[in-house]
Amino acid sequence: MSGIRVLVLGALISMVAAAAWARVGTLVQQAPPRAKALSNPFEGQQRAQRAGAKLFARECAACHGPDGAGLGKAPPLNQVDVHEAAPGALFWVLRNGSLKRGMPSFAHLPEAQRWQIIIYLKTLKER
Amino acid sequence: MLKSFWRGAFWPFWLFMAASGFCSHALAAEGPFLITYTHQMEEPGNLEITTKDVTGKPAGGNRFLGSALEFEYGVKAWWTTEVYLDGQSTARDGTLFTGYRWENRFRVLPREHWVNPVVYVEFENINGADKSLLEVVDNDGEGDLTGLNSETRAEKKREIEAKLILGSYFKGWTFAENFIAEKNVRHAPLEFGYAVGVSRPLALAARPDRCNLCPENFQAGVEMYGGLGTHERFGLQETSHYVAPTVAWTVANGTTFTVSPTFGITETSARFLLRFAASYELDQFGRAARHLFRNNGGGQ
Repeated sequence: MSGIRVLVLGALISMVAAAAWARVGTLVQQAPPRAKALSNPFEGQQRAQRAGAKLFARECAACHGPDGAGLGKAPPLNQVDVHEAAPGALFWVLRNGSLKRGMPSFAHLPEAQRWQIIIYLKTLKER
Repeated sequence: MLKSFWRGAFWPFWLFMAASGFCSHALAAEGPFLITYTHQMEEPGNLEITTKDVTGKPAGGNRFLGSALEFEYGVKAWWTTEVYLDGQSTARDGTLFTGYRWENRFRVLPREHWVNPVVYVEFENINGADKSLLEVVDNDGEGDLTGLNSETRAEKKREIEAKLILGSYFKGWTFAENFIAEKNVRHAPLEFGYAVGVSRPLALAARPDRCNLCPENFQAGVEMYGGLGTHERFGLQETSHYVAPTVAWTVANGTTFTVSPTFGITETSARFLLRFAASYELDQFGRAARHLFRNNGGGQ
């Protein structure tokens, strides 16, 4: 009887762990609603977009490619799911990264610079 | 004699300049701290080369320059590994290689929080002549900097060091606290120390143009660090403590220069030390190395 209990408990723990590990969807989709609700304070500012391009070249291009088309394991950023993502969701991804997927946290960048990168990300288009 | 001191002392600097000259890519570097660690990890695949130097003239001793050449590599987003090669040059004495350190940092929590812990583990194999002063523990002090190289180099220091690194970012400010425990693998008690720091870039938003002197390229801060005795006599008695304002400047090509005048604030501390560093980050070094070996292998 105790053997069955251990088996059932083990199965339950495995299922919960697998569900937590899988966390279906892209990183952007995992952003909590409160984060998604944030708006970009630089919205519509050309100057911020150009600053974002400079920061993208410095911080992101090495992994995601100079045009954001993706390199190796780093996913493309010039896709519709990034283009249409809530700015707050992208901000959440930049802040937290994903240790599991190899995406580092960019929380060391001041918030303003992360928003500038996001302004630029929104302009990337697939060629 | 002094000429040979300076010539011999700058070997890590020249090695650093050679390495940065060969590589065309660079990224921005970390904060302005030279002693205190933040929870920022090296990006996976990136290699950062840094030369950290400290110079001073202890009372009753000769002017010295301690150097550490650091290679920091991002293995995973949660794991950074580093190797240090230490050396020193002392006026009217000599120049010597003093040993190596291998350290690893592990990020504990997967997401960013108010306080972010990182576990640090280091093995160091250096000798008693080492003057790189990368941390202060127990009652390390000015007296450790005055001995003759021929005598101090005979002392072997094989030590395991652990740190709990806590880091926070708040409205552009960086706060970091390190708690240090160090143990000689053969003998000696468990030694303790600490380091804390706070810093901020001069501007939070970036300018659109590529520039060397943009305010966002400068970071200013202050560090404080010192010893806390041993497990047998824990406390501040006869320990050294330092306060060090620090400024870092990242030029447009990604090289970062840091300078930190350091002031001893207790009797056992060195009165004044000048720390300076230069660092350069090779982005996706791991990928380039893999390509190189793969291509060479395919050609055979």
